Amino acid sequence: MGIFSYFQHSKRTASVAKERLQIIVTHERHLRNSPKLSYLPLLQQELLEVVRKYVSVREEHIKVNIEKTGDYEILEVNVTLPDREEHIKA
Amino acid sequence: MGKIIVVTSGKGGVGKTTTSAAFATGLALRGFQTVVIDFDVGLRNLDLIMGCERRVVYDFVNVINGEGNLNQALIKDKRVDSLYILPASQTRDKEALSIKGVARVLEALKKRFEYIICDSPAGIEHGAIMAMYFADEAIITTNPEVSSVRDSDRIIGMLSSKTRRAAQNLQPVKEHLLVTRYITKRVSRGDMLSVDDIQEILAIPLLGVIPESPSVLQASNSGIPVTLDEKSNAGQAYLDAVARFLGEEPTSKKSGFLNRLFGK
Repeated sequence: MGIFSYFQHSKRTASVAKERLQIIVTHERHLRNSPKLSYLPLLQQELLEVVRKYVSVREEHIKVNIEKTGDYEILEVNVTLPDREEHIKA
Repeated sequence: MGKIIVVTSGKGGVGKTTTSAAFATGLALRGFQTVVIDFDVGLRNLDLIMGCERRVVYDFVNVINGEGNLNQALIKDKRVDSLYILPASQTRDKEALSIKGVARVLEALKKRFEYIICDSPAGIEHGAIMAMYFADEAIITTNPEVSSVRDSDRIIGMLSSKTRRAAQNLQPVKEHLLVTRYITKRVSRGDMLSVDDIQEILAIPLLGVIPESPSVLQASNSGIPVTLDEKSNAGQAYLDAVARFLGEEPTSKKSGFLNRLFGK
């Protein structure tokens, strides 16, 4: 299997293009139409400080996201905790 | 009072300037007082496509800055009576287009012309926003190609948020999809997005489909808007788009431009 097998049309490329576009365009429209998220970085920072009082985590271990589903929005906070116990502060 | 139409796309190289020149010429051929403005300050090219590059003395930015008046800057087309060109400045940058200055020039043009075609620069920055800001209608020029379709969607989003009509809660900018560089053969082989695919994704009304044609390059080589080339299928497709824009069912039978396109 050389790289040229990528170009053998098991599926016509136009339909691949359409599918990819539908997904990315929907995603980007969703981002455009989301409410102003300017407070998210600050929220993330403050949450990080609170979590750090108890657990030692790095900045990238906290993800804050807003999802819009129909008429309501979901604020999603994801904190990945370190796996070893010693990170837990006294 | 004249109508302001922006020709826009986001992506570069899809045919905005070709479309601006061809469409403006098509409207003027119908007898409408038409002016086409180059908003691509610093990268002026509409003058070349229109074949008036050696007649540019004053430009859009000169008029905004009061260094020359509108009558000095407007270039009258030598082939079509009611057609004028307002060239961009080649020595300035896009920041030279202030919102107040653009508003003032467009207000003056609206009193004199029935159609004002704004040829937008590529991108989504200041120059592109200035070109679309005062628009009543927009022609979104799109190639059957993923990056062009995605950028067009981005531009459609900006038309509904970054324009005067959006800011003042007026009726939204009326959008028209114009698919350019279309190759029917490749579409039927399944290796090019079809007009239906593009329209389904972008969800705006279709104004026309311009076939890929050697006559477009030949026209730009010679500085002649392609709508003046009677033998060009692309030129005919632009004339059909103009007819549609004016609310007519173009040419002979139903969906004339599609029939022409598919050689029916």
